[in-house]
Amino acid sequence: MKARVHVMLKTGVLDPQGEAVRHALGAMGFNQVEGVRQGKVIDLELADGATEADVTDMCEKLLANTVIERYEIELV
Amino acid sequence: MRAAVIVFPGSNCDRDLAVAFEQAGFQVDMVWHKDAALPEGIDIVGVPGGFSYGDYLRCGAIAAQSPICQAVVDHTKRGGYAVGVCNGFQILTETGILPGALLRNAGLKYICKTVGLKVETSDSAFTQGYNAGDVIGIPIAHHDGNYFADDAILSTLRDQDRIAFTYTENPNGSAGDIAGILSENRRVLGMMPHPERAADEGHGGTDGTALFRALSGALAPA
Repeated sequence: MKARVHVMLKTGVLDPQGEAVRHALGAMGFNQVEGVRQGKVIDLELADGATEADVTDMCEKLLANTVIERYEIELV
Repeated sequence: MRAAVIVFPGSNCDRDLAVAFEQAGFQVDMVWHKDAALPEGIDIVGVPGGFSYGDYLRCGAIAAQSPICQAVVDHTKRGGYAVGVCNGFQILTETGILPGALLRNAGLKYICKTVGLKVETSDSAFTQGYNAGDVIGIPIAHHDGNYFADDAILSTLRDQDRIAFTYTENPNGSAGDIAGILSENRRVLGMMPHPERAADEGHGGTDGTALFRALSGALAPA
């Protein structure tokens, strides 16, 4: 089984990297971009028997810092 | 008095921190991150600056899961003293010992320079060598020093007089200009600036010396 974890800064937490990308896109003429948020994608290769609850545990303990980030788990 | 300085792969201020402790009268044990226990009889733990585990995933995130960090958490839960500087502050927030998190600098640049810090409280073993309101010069050297906490945590920190230092000119976007905070029992300090880099004439400044001397005074056996 594989799992894909998306980690994004929570709404309201400043994302200066996303802002820099937004500025760059604007400077290139992409005036239709109103906001950019940058995050991480983490792919996990899991042994048989692993569950979504295991991945949630990993996210809570290491993969995301829930003070500033939210995460979504996609099982593939 | 005995201090333990934790050494992670990628720590680079561990020896500076050890020298600052020694000059203030501490006997220092360097403790490897894979050790599961602190040496017996430690009065304070120093979590040094650097780039533990290459700052992979998030600054301090992987270090916070190392065996020694569980021992540091237990030490602070027992009421033990600890100080985390720069990457050490990031590690203390990742362990949950201190609230909040350190985000990428608002200007996106790594900043290495001496900054003005205002001492916000002299009510701690770390800051009693200063007067509240003093402005001191201490170097910063970080890419991720932008302190973030939600409004509830920020008002708790203010109400409980737990903001130790603020920047006189905010270099990194930190909420409330915060440069360093104390735990609820005032025995754990986390700060982004490096007092151990301003603790000797050769450093070009000695404004950090008072922090280590105050600790030494507070922790000396009666």
